[in-house]
Amino acid sequence: MSAPARPPERGAKQSPERAQPANRARDNILGRVRQALGKTGPDPTAREAALAHIATHPIGPRPALPADLRQRFLENAAKLESSVDQLARREEIPRAVARYLTGIGVPPRASGWPEFADLPWGEAGVEVAIRPTQGQDPVGLTSVFCAIAETGTVVVLAGPEAPTGTLLLPDTHIAVVDGSRIVASMEDAFVLIRKERGSLPRAVNMVSGPSRTGDIEQTIVLGAHGPFRVHLLIVG
Amino acid sequence: MQIATMYFKDRAQVKLNDELLQYNLKKSKGKFVGKRAEAIRELDDFEGTRTAAREIRQRVLDNLDTYLEIFEQNATARGATVLWAETPEEANRHVLDIAAKHQLKKAIKSKSMVSEESALDHAIEQAGLKVVETDLGEYILQINDYEPPSHIIAPALHKSKEEVSALFAKVHGTPPKTGIQELCGEARAVLREHYLTGDLGISGANFLIAETGSVMLVTNEGNATLCTTLPKVHVVITGIEKIVPTLEEASTLLRLLTRSATGQSITNYVDILTGIKGAGEYHGAEHMYFILVDSGRTRVLASEVREALRCIRCGACLNHCPVYQNIGGHSYGWVYPGPIGSVITPMFIGQEMAVDLPNASTLCGACGVVCPVRIPLPELLRKHREAQVKEDLRPWVERLGLKGWTWLALHPGLYGLATRIGVRLMKMMGGYEGRIHKLPLVGGWSDGRDLPAPTGKTFRELYAAKRRSA
Repeated sequence: MSAPARPPERGAKQSPERAQPANRARDNILGRVRQALGKTGPDPTAREAALAHIATHPIGPRPALPADLRQRFLENAAKLESSVDQLARREEIPRAVARYLTGIGVPPRASGWPEFADLPWGEAGVEVAIRPTQGQDPVGLTSVFCAIAETGTVVVLAGPEAPTGTLLLPDTHIAVVDGSRIVASMEDAFVLIRKERGSLPRAVNMVSGPSRTGDIEQTIVLGAHGPFRVHLLIVG
Repeated sequence: MQIATMYFKDRAQVKLNDELLQYNLKKSKGKFVGKRAEAIRELDDFEGTRTAAREIRQRVLDNLDTYLEIFEQNATARGATVLWAETPEEANRHVLDIAAKHQLKKAIKSKSMVSEESALDHAIEQAGLKVVETDLGEYILQINDYEPPSHIIAPALHKSKEEVSALFAKVHGTPPKTGIQELCGEARAVLREHYLTGDLGISGANFLIAETGSVMLVTNEGNATLCTTLPKVHVVITGIEKIVPTLEEASTLLRLLTRSATGQSITNYVDILTGIKGAGEYHGAEHMYFILVDSGRTRVLASEVREALRCIRCGACLNHCPVYQNIGGHSYGWVYPGPIGSVITPMFIGQEMAVDLPNASTLCGACGVVCPVRIPLPELLRKHREAQVKEDLRPWVERLGLKGWTWLALHPGLYGLATRIGVRLMKMMGGYEGRIHKLPLVGGWSDGRDLPAPTGKTFRELYAAKRRSA
């Protein structure tokens, strides 16, 4: 393990003495933890038990949800001030985006994820730049991995084709949700990630409505640092 | 943070007489309480969820060494570096070494109470680098010459919009704004610039996930998301107790955390960050560090108040505490105010430095009732009080008084005589109103209220009379 606490000189070989302080802190802390717990050293049995516990992925009490997860998702998304539009087919996305942006008076210029490159944007009069954004675009267009009914949340996974800034920096975030991927709870979202991706991507960003703050007199104001508006297009 | 816990009584007195603060506290009073009460009703089995949460946290504490090693292994496997800090100073040194190694100039910081413990911002500034707090409340305090936070989740709770408006006008050099919306807009514009130019993102951790080596961050503003997306280096600074075994167990805790804190079913952003950015990724940190801080936590673990380490920092015990609600967070004199602060502060900075804190409670029990991880806070406060007596930390008048009372109580004849005289004296003191305005020696009890005077006879006298007549 490299030890930035005492970085070695450039090109110099890291001497054991220099690496020591970081390990000293580690050993001392773990030593004190073990002492407090009445242990004398690393405990292989406890480790086995902990790994076995993790492998079971125990699920705690969850609120009961109705069979119609879509309906519950819509209600909760609205409570968190996300707006929603429901579309039958993916091809309708450009017109739905144009309609929404005209309605709120935002210029139809978006930065979008590559998966939307094939859609007929020109016909709808929307300009979509397929590239990451640094905040210069008024609108960010992303898809989501899945949606959570219990809280009205969308789950976004980062990746090479899915730059995180697109959901954060523009004033308006439009997220395309696959209507067949609304799960009950956060636990189900994690199960789905493990099943389909194996491991977690660098970032899992769960978004539940626009950015907000209550830091002045506990009065809620939208658009603290991130988007002022989150608009969900549910397809299918 | 500078320690001022030994001035608790004086500070509390000042805050009680501070009209503006009292006005601000009254205005916010009950908002969190009411929202929480509504939000917990959404959970079909709130009490069962609390029990599950207690078990999740306790399992980690009982095997903390094991879970720390599993976390370290999984975080390292994803390209993060795990560093350890025994003291707050060591934690700060790690941050500065990381900044030097990667030649970083500007830190953008998401809220972290652990960094308040170590006064990290000062250390960064002393090293000649820039640091910007991005949580709106923390930003307000930072530009007000680093005023300390007064609440663990709403740091600027004690400030009115007029105060914020005057502060912004002074610091930003802009015309004063009147509306809260406009004030937030002004902060947004100033902070956006910093987000785009910061090269070091610093965050705390709501939870560390052992199975994946991840950090889970919870915000409404999205500032943690920005701080962990844009800069090339992300440093997580947090306490060693923050570990949760699995993502599923973190989900259970999250249901309680957001409801107990602000009465929300979920915060607007929940971010789970795992390792460094992958090939072809545009956003995300190239280097990720975890600084795991002890700084008193192993002392808590070895003590009778171990259960306090289950805390998930929701602030519900502050919101429901009649003492906190009347004196505000600054009176407590260190990072963590309210009941949880009164339990952990003596362990972090020394029992003798914080003698008043465990006594700054009526033991009404509200904190223990609302705690989402069932920390028996009133019981732990009482344990501190017992320790103070054992360690002779109580004032000599009190010690002498209790010794005298003990002696008297062991001599029932004398006790009866003394109390008979006592109640008669008190009846005389009460006069025709039957109220005592000023108690000798223990004036604090009668400063703000009268004591109803006894009617003239002790219980034992009345009991004896009743038996005779029966």
